[in-house]
Amino acid sequence: MLELLRQPWPWYTSGAVIAFVMVLLLFFGKSFGVSANLRTICSACGAGKTVKFFDFDWRSQTWNLLFLVGAVIGGVISSQFLSNGEVVQISQATIQDLSQMGISAPNGIQPEELFSLEALFTVKGFLILLLGGFAIGFGARYAGGCTSGHAISGLSNLQWPSLVAVIGFFIGGLITTWVLMPLIF
Amino acid sequence: MKGLKFIIAGILFGIVMSKSEAISWFRIQEMFRFQSFHMYGIIGTAVILGVIITYLIKKYKMRDYQGNPIVFTPKEKSIPRYLIGGTIFGLGWALTGACPGPMFVNIGYGYWAILLAVGGAIAGTYTYGAIKDRLPH
Repeated sequence: MLELLRQPWPWYTSGAVIAFVMVLLLFFGKSFGVSANLRTICSACGAGKTVKFFDFDWRSQTWNLLFLVGAVIGGVISSQFLSNGEVVQISQATIQDLSQMGISAPNGIQPEELFSLEALFTVKGFLILLLGGFAIGFGARYAGGCTSGHAISGLSNLQWPSLVAVIGFFIGGLITTWVLMPLIF
Repeated sequence: MKGLKFIIAGILFGIVMSKSEAISWFRIQEMFRFQSFHMYGIIGTAVILGVIITYLIKKYKMRDYQGNPIVFTPKEKSIPRYLIGGTIFGLGWALTGACPGPMFVNIGYGYWAILLAVGGAIAGTYTYGAIKDRLPH
């Protein structure tokens, strides 16, 4: 059983477990949405004193921060106990495309060129993660949600605004992938 | 402890994100290059099951564990905020290969460089809050 869990999970198992997490939170009287935590963190750090948007009772969102703590623990458990050290099996076409930009084939889950500490201390590596993160935080709050809130919860509830947001996610993702990345790398 | 169930839900989320490889920058690149069905399969399965379950919850007026009705708050209807905000989000998603959930899972997985992206995301959220009244919604 543990051996089976240690292999990468197929997409259908993964999709079903994600749906289960969403239902679990509904059953707990909450809703699935990760990026709201970023607003909560700002508020907990005292941003409500200067900006009205962060002036709310952030303690009512403690449950979601705990969910986030669990997500970190889940990452630890996966890497320490549920990994067989297999590298991510992406398609040959992707490996080829990325090698043309100087990103070597997977050696783990993440590319060394972006996620190693050496890369972090280069100007390019530093800016990619910082500005990428900035766009995610800014865009998620602007759009009122991220992949969990819009693509999973919102689409499940057949909300057309969520479909518009997901279309936006893809417009942005395609611009980065096809226009910006060839310029950056 | 009242909060334990949320931690457990989070752990399950962290494990499924890791084991499905959805936390991998490579998988996100593969998705935006349309070179594999993997990510579409994950999101598609979650959404199809989610639609069915959400429908059943509404149809049978199901309640949560405390007996309160499960309510779904409709999203506010507008185009610009979802399209512009979504596009900005997508720019960052493809660049860092992580949306907000997987960012935190990556920290646990041991990719600490992503902490910088988390810092960026918090700064981005703060900036949005500071200038939101001047943006089209």
